[in-house]
Amino acid sequence: MNDRPLTGRMHPDRTPLSLREYEQAGGYQAVRQAVGRIAPVEVMNLVKESNLRGRGGAGFPTGVKWSFVPRGAQARRPVYLIANADEMEPGAFKDRRLLEGDPHQIIEGVILASYAIEADIAYIFLRGEYTLAARRVRQAVAEAYQAGWLGKNICGSGWGLELHLHTGAGRYMCGEETGLINSLEGRRATPRNKPPFPQLSGLFGRPTVVQNVETLCNLPHLVTHGAAWFKELSRCKDGGTKIYGVSGKVKRPGAWELPMGTPIREILEDRAGGMRDGVHLRAILPGGASTEFVTVDQINMQMDFDTCQAAGTRLGTGMMIVLDDQTCPVGMMLNLERFFAQESCGWCTPCREGLPWIVQSLAAIEAGRGEPADLDILEMHTRLLGPGLTYCALAPGAMEPLHSGLKIFRDDFERHLREGRCPWS
Amino acid sequence: MPVIYIDDQPYEVAAHHNLLHACLGLGFDIPYFCWHPALGSVGACRQCAVKVFRDEHDRRGQIVMSCMTPVRDGLRLTIDDPDVRRFRATIIEWLMVNHPHDCPVCDEGGHCHLQDMTVMTGHNYRRHRFAKRTHRNQDLGPHIHHEMNRCIQCYRCVRFYHDYAGGKDLNVFGAHHHVYFGRHESGALESEFAGNLVEVCPTGVFTDKPARRYYARKWDLQSAPSVCGQCGVGCNVLFNERYGKLVRVDNRYHYEINGYFLCDRGRFGHDFVNGEERIRRPLARESRGASLRETSADDALSRATQAVAGRRVIGIGSPRASLEANFALRELVGADSFYLGLSDAEFKSANLSLALLRELPTASLHEIETADAALVLGEDLLTTAPRMALALRQLARRQPTAESIVACPVPEWNDQAVRELVQQQKGSLFSATPGPTKLDEDAAAVYYGELDEIAGLGLAVAAAVDQPSAETDSLATQIATALRNAKRAVIVSGGNEAVMQAAAAVVRALRRAGRDAALCLTQPEGDTLGLAMLGGRALSEVVRDGAECVIVLENDLFARLPEADATAFLERTKTLIVLDHSITRTTARADVVLPAATIAESTGTFVNYEGRAQRCFSAFAPQPDVRESWRWLDALRSSLFWPTFDDVCRAMAQAVPAFAKAPDAAPSAAFRQIGNKIPRQSPRFSGRTAITAQLNVSEPKPPDDPDSPLAFSMEGSREQPPPALIARYWAPGWNSVQALNKFQQEIGGPLRGGDPGVRLIEPEAKP
Repeated sequence: MNDRPLTGRMHPDRTPLSLREYEQAGGYQAVRQAVGRIAPVEVMNLVKESNLRGRGGAGFPTGVKWSFVPRGAQARRPVYLIANADEMEPGAFKDRRLLEGDPHQIIEGVILASYAIEADIAYIFLRGEYTLAARRVRQAVAEAYQAGWLGKNICGSGWGLELHLHTGAGRYMCGEETGLINSLEGRRATPRNKPPFPQLSGLFGRPTVVQNVETLCNLPHLVTHGAAWFKELSRCKDGGTKIYGVSGKVKRPGAWELPMGTPIREILEDRAGGMRDGVHLRAILPGGASTEFVTVDQINMQMDFDTCQAAGTRLGTGMMIVLDDQTCPVGMMLNLERFFAQESCGWCTPCREGLPWIVQSLAAIEAGRGEPADLDILEMHTRLLGPGLTYCALAPGAMEPLHSGLKIFRDDFERHLREGRCPWS
Repeated sequence: MPVIYIDDQPYEVAAHHNLLHACLGLGFDIPYFCWHPALGSVGACRQCAVKVFRDEHDRRGQIVMSCMTPVRDGLRLTIDDPDVRRFRATIIEWLMVNHPHDCPVCDEGGHCHLQDMTVMTGHNYRRHRFAKRTHRNQDLGPHIHHEMNRCIQCYRCVRFYHDYAGGKDLNVFGAHHHVYFGRHESGALESEFAGNLVEVCPTGVFTDKPARRYYARKWDLQSAPSVCGQCGVGCNVLFNERYGKLVRVDNRYHYEINGYFLCDRGRFGHDFVNGEERIRRPLARESRGASLRETSADDALSRATQAVAGRRVIGIGSPRASLEANFALRELVGADSFYLGLSDAEFKSANLSLALLRELPTASLHEIETADAALVLGEDLLTTAPRMALALRQLARRQPTAESIVACPVPEWNDQAVRELVQQQKGSLFSATPGPTKLDEDAAAVYYGELDEIAGLGLAVAAAVDQPSAETDSLATQIATALRNAKRAVIVSGGNEAVMQAAAAVVRALRRAGRDAALCLTQPEGDTLGLAMLGGRALSEVVRDGAECVIVLENDLFARLPEADATAFLERTKTLIVLDHSITRTTARADVVLPAATIAESTGTFVNYEGRAQRCFSAFAPQPDVRESWRWLDALRSSLFWPTFDDVCRAMAQAVPAFAKAPDAAPSAAFRQIGNKIPRQSPRFSGRTAITAQLNVSEPKPPDDPDSPLAFSMEGSREQPPPALIARYWAPGWNSVQALNKFQQEIGGPLRGGDPGVRLIEPEAKP
């Protein structure tokens, strides 16, 4: 179990661990060890030391993120911790496994992170469609309150935490931390400008840390076993395991907890069983819909933050989408961009107006009504919807598959234009 | 002050600004949409992109949004770089994807910020070849026309309506490129400030519905600076005319008073100028019992002159007439026979206001907005002085901001971040009124009671200011503590004597305690305070005394006196001469009616609630038989004394010491700019020969205007006029109201040359 701390103790039949089972498997040991016994700042230092990086997609070092939260008398109270469980990235279903399979694990992670930043109130912001997870987490929260893991004076430390489960109403934007905060406040899920960062002015204008579910789930194990153990789990310099997933025309689509830095080939072939018979791999979106394509020749690439970045893509959520030779890449990109255009919040001009134009252009090409100038329009958008030019990272993320797709699948685009139809249709 | 480098040239700028604000203030043209000087920055439209450089060696630079970038010393940027120019042009290209390009039939055309910005960025070739998305429009009531297809989603409308003005019924709906700005269903907009959407919207989504009837472009309007007379605040307005009709009323920026915004009464309340009820010809009746018939000006004047000659004539003035008109009446009938045309309550309140303003300092709306605490005693300001209520709301929003940004440093212009920090906190605004008002939701505490109870609360606050005690936690103590803690406090009242006295007592107590406190007393009409300053007898006296011949100036006695008193008084009057612009119950009983020019057709001086004399100028010449009241009254005297406005204004300044400075409210008619008058029409004014082509195809000679330095012409000075004479906002490349940036000393600050008008009352207690 020790090499798969997040998922190792889950039931194979996917029923959740009860509180008793969780505690018997060592659950809440970390809370008992840390809360009231180790200073919050020590917990933070432990996390810093472990090189735990955020698993939501951006990979920001978790301990560093926490260090910006004002402490003690400086802090304007309450301080909030939010578990970002609004998993809506196309291709991603890892947090769902964690929430459904072991709801107490995320609660324990929330307690530890809250303790480390001296938070008073925590929320789990859960994607609205995850109704099963909502039921299980809600029950687990009630159990945790009952058992004294939540509420006032946890472990006799004098420190208490209120935890609320909030189910979202279904926008991709709610997965962006500031969009999530706005939504939680009852506002439109538009992102906020940074600075000020949420650590200084977040939920209700108070210091707030937003952390992905998988990141939080690492904390109990990290606290129990220590930073050195945590780093050992990994095959690269970032600590821990990672839940990798594969979707697309592979034999066994799914998600698996593996050491951070596992190469694509191992995940794809050993875990997902390789491509289905008769189809061939063409390209991979390694970290979900908003990462750059990698091609077959990059299949030995290690899946970790730095390697992916060096290869011109991103680890993202670590949930790969596989493109095969029986699927039209233009159609795939149209599908993705339609999602992003639909999920644009409508706040800033480039994203709001640019993405629908991209969709219209791709749809025209896919339908055989494309014009050569459409490719220039697409190319322009990949440049002008870049980071810093738009208000948040949604549109730059949406441009990543298109940017590399336009290069890798140039011939396919041109065939669409030349033949006036989709060659795959 | 920090120095920034724009294309390697150093410029000194204020440290607390964002880069867009600073660059616009330096005179650079950067296109923008979502930013507004009164609303701050939100970074939504991405139009104001510039390129900043790390240091003098960095040549690659990085594109940033200037509105979201704080000024800092040594910052290096360029506005004119191929990358950033292309990006800004692409923003317009994106905005144009769904814009209907219906400029020829759009009411915004010609003063459209989107047009200006499009031209500024250089985007002109459409590459988008797919279908546009369209919206259904809503009926937003009689004032605002809605055309959502034109929307460029800058979010200014909701930010003004919702955040700035506190309106609830306009919002943003939907998401992605379907975002929709409107109400949850069709219906009249509820906010008292909805009309500002017309100017806040950078394009033609929200347009002035009454003005649509006249199909006039901005460049075809004849305009003049004026003052709104709908209440005593004295907001500055521009009256715009075409074909003899008042087409539109626009905000005229005044830093100290209305700033960028008007209330709907001011913007849409001047339709009487074009009204069916207008009196356009003199009227007279042969005898009592005969009906009023139209007659010539000469005939009406000779009848009036005969009626006046050798008899005891009394004059009844008016708080909606100019100072000069009231003065002319007083000169005609003599000070002893001059009655202020105010009801008993108004008379007492106006005279008390005057006495208190002579004793205690008052505050402009800008000073109210920037004060730290305010107490409203007795007034429902959204009824009696709506623009003042909007100023108090800004106080309530601003004051917690100041505290929050100390705890978490965020620039004040970063609107979203500031609102996030402030959350639901309310500033030190307190309100005590007879019933609920719309200002209540902005107030930290509210009290409802009878007027005498409100006066009692005021006195209790004054006592608590004098003797602070930590023990009681009564409302009075809470208010007194907040007022004492404020650097600057404002007490607002009006209408009722006891309440006003209580308000004055609070101000006195605060001043005794060494605090900076001001008293703001609302006035019901445009010249109520001016009338009190001129001085005269109470109307109730005349009811008792009766008179042979009565001249009523722009007033309806039935609105001032109890019905029975007014009827009895007019029955006892042998000859009734009325000057007014519209039919009233008083004009209906007159023997002679002289048609008076409305505020939009006359030059005059009005005194607002702070005692500020402001000049209004005629936007268009009245019809031949319609004259300014002071002109009619002058003609009734035995000889002509005042051929021009300046003559009557100067005579008044000499005769009434309180008005000694009144002529300084604006330049006199002799003022010339490089030898020229200031044109009321734009250089592009079109159709001059077509306007009267059904009568005569040759161009008529424009009317003379001996009363002002403005000309009824497109010819004249092209320089920026002195602030009191600004007839329109226009600058090269800036046809929309945003051209105002070019008229201010700094963006959002006072006008170049100082804000117009002159305070006539100096309080004994120095602030």
